[in-house]
Amino acid sequence: MFNRDRWREIFDTISKNKLRTFLSGFTVALGIFIFIILFGLGNGLKNTFQEFFLDDASNTIFIYPGKTSEPYKGFKANRRIEFKNEDLKEIDENFAFFIEYLTPRITRSALTRYKNESNTYPTRAVAPGHQFIEKTILMKGRYINPSDLEEKKKSAVIGRLVAKDLFKGEDPIGKYINIGTIAFKVIGVFQDDGGDNEERNIYIPYTTRQLIEKSNDKVDQIIVTFRKELGHAGALALEKSLKNYFKEKKSIAPSDPNGVYFQNLTDDLKQSQQFAVVLQLIVSFVGLGTLIAGIIGISNIMVFVVKERTKELGIRKALGATPISVIQMILQESVFITTISGYIGLFLGILVLENIGLTLEEYFIKNPFIDFGTAFAATLVLIIFGAVAGYIPAKRASRIKPIVALRDE
Amino acid sequence: MIKLNDLHKSYKMGASSLHVLKGINLDIEEGELVAIMGSSGSGKSTLLNILGMLDVADEGDYILDEVPIKDLNETKAAKYRNKFLGFVFQSFNLINYKTALENVSLPLYYQGVPRKERQEAALDYLDRVGLKDWATHLPSELSGGQKQRVAIARAMASKPKVLLADEPTGALDTTTSYEVMDLIQKINEEGKTILVVTHEHDIAQMCKRIVQLKDGVIIEDKKIKQVLASSYV
Repeated sequence: MFNRDRWREIFDTISKNKLRTFLSGFTVALGIFIFIILFGLGNGLKNTFQEFFLDDASNTIFIYPGKTSEPYKGFKANRRIEFKNEDLKEIDENFAFFIEYLTPRITRSALTRYKNESNTYPTRAVAPGHQFIEKTILMKGRYINPSDLEEKKKSAVIGRLVAKDLFKGEDPIGKYINIGTIAFKVIGVFQDDGGDNEERNIYIPYTTRQLIEKSNDKVDQIIVTFRKELGHAGALALEKSLKNYFKEKKSIAPSDPNGVYFQNLTDDLKQSQQFAVVLQLIVSFVGLGTLIAGIIGISNIMVFVVKERTKELGIRKALGATPISVIQMILQESVFITTISGYIGLFLGILVLENIGLTLEEYFIKNPFIDFGTAFAATLVLIIFGAVAGYIPAKRASRIKPIVALRDE
Repeated sequence: MIKLNDLHKSYKMGASSLHVLKGINLDIEEGELVAIMGSSGSGKSTLLNILGMLDVADEGDYILDEVPIKDLNETKAAKYRNKFLGFVFQSFNLINYKTALENVSLPLYYQGVPRKERQEAALDYLDRVGLKDWATHLPSELSGGQKQRVAIARAMASKPKVLLADEPTGALDTTTSYEVMDLIQKINEEGKTILVVTHEHDIAQMCKRIVQLKDGVIIEDKKIKQVLASSYV
């Protein structure tokens, strides 16, 4: 294998047959290049998808109060159900084992002002757990904490775009904004992968909201996240027992579909996971298809190359080349060319992917990438198949009697 | 040098078989220059293939330089060919992307001769066929006669016991043919055993012995008075 004379013979052949060298090298380089680009773009598509659908924590159950539609236990139909602070407390006590985070959410909308700038933004009155349910990312300062709740502080965490609109580059932390008629101190700025609208929210402690609204203890909406270990079935079971709990507690007829509503993201989670699997399948299929096309390409070239060299091989055999030396020469040459050009394709493909980055974001392709293991394996597969594809005709050529190979012009 | 004993060869053509060589007996001494003649279908190509170890006989013995040639596999045949035989073809069969020098040194490469040594040897052989100045030229830059001389130099480079020439002048005009025959005669004069397959009578007359084949048997085998090619040139 490491015979210097043989390598010299091979380099000689390669450099004197530039078109042939170029053709087989180009096929391999192109195959690898396209494989990496397509596979990488597929991964970019997956990135976008994950951002779109996996924004909120996917192990979330939303609980909304409604109006009863059936009379029950002496209550008339059409009664409005309300959630109270004690409901939160009881869920916390009774379902602690299943639940990760628990928060109320009271949504209002108000004109918000800082100095001369003003705009209307939704305010969400929440508990600290909301941060993890909404996957809020803090850029500056802090989120609402238990002491904000305890002391009913007028603290506000504002979205990135709220800060941009109102503060015009000024540092908002510690400044006061007017929400409606009441002054709140900005304690944090957040961003959210859920999109622009999410970044136009303002979060305040729910106890403060209740204080403002005549010290009531009403809660609009309750949001819980269940522990992921529960799985799909466990999440449905939890939803069912929460439903039973609320119906019992609020005297809603067991058969009444209205009274209280549940939105369980576990179904969404399952669907989006299935979608992700399908996407992965498509990406893999495209990758495999390209690879097979590449293999066919290099096989064709190899068959062609050996065919073209039949006469030369016949001459070499008449001059004393053994069949093994003929096969060895062809294989060593083809593996050498495919290895070099395979890595050229690999390098160029990765270079292009790296440069795409965010430029294709509007086509739903974000940060395309390919892990090096996959790219390396694909290159290796092409080299091996190139060698195998060269071996079969080489083996046949080595068996041809020189006189037969030399006969036709 | 070459001893053929009752050589038979037949090819299967479907159900029937074609009997090509029907008992060839031939004895060629060292230093002979033999022309093998015959019309197409006479079996002369098959005979040459067997002599060149490109094909094997069904029956009979083939002894080359006291070595019985039998039970050949491809690798063994390649080694024997490299050691015993030099080939000259009608269509020259030079490797077109290699220079004259590289073509001539190729058999030495397969003998495992070191690079420097084989280049020196190849240049020496090119000198002997009068093409030293053309060493770095590609076959496409040479005339037909020059190509055949390079091919002869290449066949000689491995120092074979026997030179097998299959219609060596078939692709050349008369003058060039005589030049090539002149070269072959000179090599023969140095003691090399040479077999020339030809259908041209004037070429055959330049050998020392003519073997006439017809329908798979030798119908005539005679020594002749050699016509010197140099007298025509």
